[in-house]
Amino acid sequence: MTDGGLPVIARFEVRHRNYLAPDGSINRPLPAFASDANLITALYRAMLLLRNFDRKAVALQRTGRLGTYAVSLGQEAVSVGIASAMRAEDVLLPSYRDNGALIWRGVKLEEILLFWGGDERGNQFSGPVEDFPFCVPVGSQAPHAAGVAYAFKLRKQPRVAVCMFGDGATSKGDVYEAMNFAGVHKLPVVFVATNNQWAISVPLRLQTGCETLAQKAIAAGFIGEQVDGSDVVAMRAAAEDAIAAAREGQGPRFIEAVTYRLGDHTTSDDALRYRSADEVQARWKEEPIARLRNYLVSQKMWSKAEEERLAAECHERVEAAVERYLATEPRRPEAMFDHLYAELPETYAAQRRQLAGEGDA
Amino acid sequence: MPEMTLVEAVNLALARAMEDDPDVVVLGEDVGINGGVFRATVGLQTRFGPERVLDTPLAELLISGLCVGMAAQGVKPVGEIQFMGFLYPCIDQLVNHASRFRNRTQGRLTCPMVLRTPHGAGIRAPEHHSESTEAMLAHIPGLRVVIPSSPERAYGLLLAAIRDPDPVVFLEPTRIYRAAKGEVEDNGEALPLDVAFVLREGRDVTLISWGAMLKETMAAADALAADGIAAEVIDLATLKPYDEATVLGSVAKTGRCVIVHEATRTGGFGGEIAALIAERALTSLLAPVARVTGYDTIVPMARLEQHMMPSVDRIVTAARKACQFS
Ligand SMILES: Cc1ncc(C[n+]2csc(CCOP(=O)(O)OP(=O)(O)O)c2C)c(N)n1
Repeated sequence: MTDGGLPVIARFEVRHRNYLAPDGSINRPLPAFASDANLITALYRAMLLLRNFDRKAVALQRTGRLGTYAVSLGQEAVSVGIASAMRAEDVLLPSYRDNGALIWRGVKLEEILLFWGGDERGNQFSGPVEDFPFCVPVGSQAPHAAGVAYAFKLRKQPRVAVCMFGDGATSKGDVYEAMNFAGVHKLPVVFVATNNQWAISVPLRLQTGCETLAQKAIAAGFIGEQVDGSDVVAMRAAAEDAIAAAREGQGPRFIEAVTYRLGDHTTSDDALRYRSADEVQARWKEEPIARLRNYLVSQKMWSKAEEERLAAECHERVEAAVERYLATEPRRPEAMFDHLYAELPETYAAQRRQLAGEGDA
Repeated sequence: MPEMTLVEAVNLALARAMEDDPDVVVLGEDVGINGGVFRATVGLQTRFGPERVLDTPLAELLISGLCVGMAAQGVKPVGEIQFMGFLYPCIDQLVNHASRFRNRTQGRLTCPMVLRTPHGAGIRAPEHHSESTEAMLAHIPGLRVVIPSSPERAYGLLLAAIRDPDPVVFLEPTRIYRAAKGEVEDNGEALPLDVAFVLREGRDVTLISWGAMLKETMAAADALAADGIAAEVIDLATLKPYDEATVLGSVAKTGRCVIVHEATRTGGFGGEIAALIAERALTSLLAPVARVTGYDTIVPMARLEQHMMPSVDRIVTAARKACQFS
């Protein structure tokens, strides 16, 4: 084949996956799990819990009881969909906006509050002990994910590393370096870019000249798929496929979850400075929770009574977690030296004693 | 015991560590068939296979980030950065992740990795191949910074670094990779980290240095001895955390101290040692603490580089001045 006189040596394509339309109607045949009422309502429950948790976290921040917090409003389907396709023994490497994934994996709500409340004990995770803590330096967890996946491969373990980051992160070399390496060694890792259209105030079109983020995988030698990130069925299905392929030794995959951040970047941000209320209002029509609810209701899988029960349940769970969070004993200042090294070198032990008021280093 | 060069001792320690512990993985650019640009990893890939001696893509941030990920899984990665001038992309991973993993997760996850890189000038290398920015690393909480000055200590300290449960940056003095020779027994015994080595005892003046610069420092001690000045020479070996007790003990004995390092003066690690002495040993001082360091310039290329590095003469002059003070 030739093109303009020169031979075409490769062609690539990027597919887009979607099942549920914004009104909850079905675009194409759903994957099997969608008819499993237990599972699909579990996804719904998790998304609603996350939204409740977010609302409470913002309230806590506004009243001075929590530090800066990053909300998932509008993006609930991404982290819930991805995490729900993982096995317990897989390892999650989350960005700071992936509360939904942590909660699904069993991290306690009060642990997440502790983290955002400024306490390292929040990263102790009584749940999945090998999962990574939130990564704040954008994209820098991608090489970790490649390292974790390399360890799995080295030890011949059928486990998968799942690495999440935002659209802004895809501009960083870290992410490309990690994807490139994962491609070379066909590592069991799934990279998930949550394209919520904004990196603080910078819109996607200033972040990349690419038509899709998914195509970045092509340069690394593996499949990149674009997924409707406000459609939890699509997110879960795409994650299942990608994770299964990775587990079977087919190498890495990349998922671009196209969604929208309905809230501010964090509680320290005011999104009205850089985008219009009209734009946000229009996007509310696509949001993932109402979309799934409409579907469930249309399928008779969900009722008003269940909705009310769930609302009460979420409220209780969140309130109880907040109570435990607020009741957590503060640490002594010298705890900042704890776990600095496996064994604290004497010179820093002296500083620790000074901080504890037990001597003058 | 066989006599070998410092770089051969590094190779021996890597081989020993890999033999003893199937979890040890060596990774970096050209570390496989080529055995590393300095041959520090020569023969390892043939012996341990390409999965454990891994040629990475040319991406330094990746190498350090992979180490973090592997280490969190209990693999013991030993990453190689070809020259210290190319270490900077790793700083993000060292500062933001490796050094704080344990503390950040309160012990749930740890980062027992080693990052090795050649250190320092004097090999007539191109630009960016002669850096000695160890002070920058020594400033990072949670990290260990180790630098050997002989084949014996390269072997023992590297084994210790690999076995250490925390992240270690291991700086290898390029200039004496082959110039330093010594007997090394492959007994698998590590030397202690965080401990300074007293290479020579003396009562008149303390000379403190690390890495390749100990060559000039020891030569200066010889020259001073010929003048009847007995210099105590300390190889600091671990810069972070460093052995304050040995430094203070020696200065208490001699009352005089000259710190020698190749790195630029401002913000160099010598300033830290001088401050420690000022805070804790002022009353034993008989002369101001002196620093003999690289000048505050960019490391010059080959034709001038030797003029930047402290010479035996500069060290001797500083030590004599300290001894004649008051
Ligand atoms: C390396 C780095 N640079 C800058 C920042 C400050 N910062 C925090 S979030 C953010 C935007 C990230 O956008 P994106 O990756 O799209 O993720 P999102 O916040 O939209 O989830 C920036 C610039 C950071 N955390 N890390």
